[in-house]
Amino acid sequence: CETQSRLTNDLLHNSELFTLTYGALVTQLCKDYENDEEVNKQLDKMGYNIGVRLIEDFLARSSIGRCQDFRETADVISKVAFKMYLGITPSVTNWSPAGDELSLILESNPLVDFVELPDNHSSLVYSNLLCGVLRGALEMVQMAVDVKFAQDTLRGDNVTEIRMKFIKRIEENLPAGDE
Amino acid sequence: MTVHNLYIFDRNGSCLHYGEWNRKKQAGISKEEVRQEAQLIQLKDGFLTFQTSKYKLHYYETATGIKIIMNTDLGVPNAKDILHQIYSTLYVEYIVKNPLCVLGEQLSSDLFSTRLDLYIRALPFFSPRAA
Repeated sequence: CETQSRLTNDLLHNSELFTLTYGALVTQLCKDYENDEEVNKQLDKMGYNIGVRLIEDFLARSSIGRCQDFRETADVISKVAFKMYLGITPSVTNWSPAGDELSLILESNPLVDFVELPDNHSSLVYSNLLCGVLRGALEMVQMAVDVKFAQDTLRGDNVTEIRMKFIKRIEENLPAGDE
Repeated sequence: MTVHNLYIFDRNGSCLHYGEWNRKKQAGISKEEVRQEAQLIQLKDGFLTFQTSKYKLHYYETATGIKIIMNTDLGVPNAKDILHQIYSTLYVEYIVKNPLCVLGEQLSSDLFSTRLDLYIRALPFFSPRAA
């Protein structure tokens, strides 16, 4: 129906604007820092600052409560969070035997539509913002994680793979009570 | 039926916001009374409520440690949806999404305070004078 196609149209336009904005951000960072490693760090830092706030928006909109374990967390991240914010549902695979490390395989990545990495930026992790977002968001729900790209189609790999490792539970540091 | 006051705490226990509407100034609620008469009603999904003979306390905690506490008189029913709405339509919209608001500090957003006040006053069970 007409309303539905208008909504889809708006979504598509928004997603293009988002992709182009992200591209402009990365380009500017490359100009400012002139060093891929430094740009990767800045993207991670920005992502972290986004993540610590994005988690609140996520909790408000999804009404999801606390997850029981890391597996449930991974499920929620891939099926709800990625879907909500990027419109994609990565698959969760390659669990470590201890159940503390997993891979998110992204079939597509809206951030990299229209993007090709030039030769002089071979160590740039273009979508590194995502790693920071995941790290920041999970820290706010008491989970310390290490997140990084293991494979990236932009750099010639077959798939885009984010590897996420659970480090430890962060204890809430409430002030000591009167008793 | 009325709302007495409302607190918002962050994950470290810092008080981010305090609002007061119909707080009884005279000594009516003592610590002994709370201990003797508090009856826990339920704790589920981060929400808890208990009441004494004098007031009812509604508590909501998010997975990120944000705690919203509302004290009302006894006529107020389960406020879980209200507290969740305060979190999602007020705290998240006006504080979290405002890059100038530093998280973890006392909230200084006038817009937030005004909206929260309007929201509380618009609640169906709110009346300017206590029952």
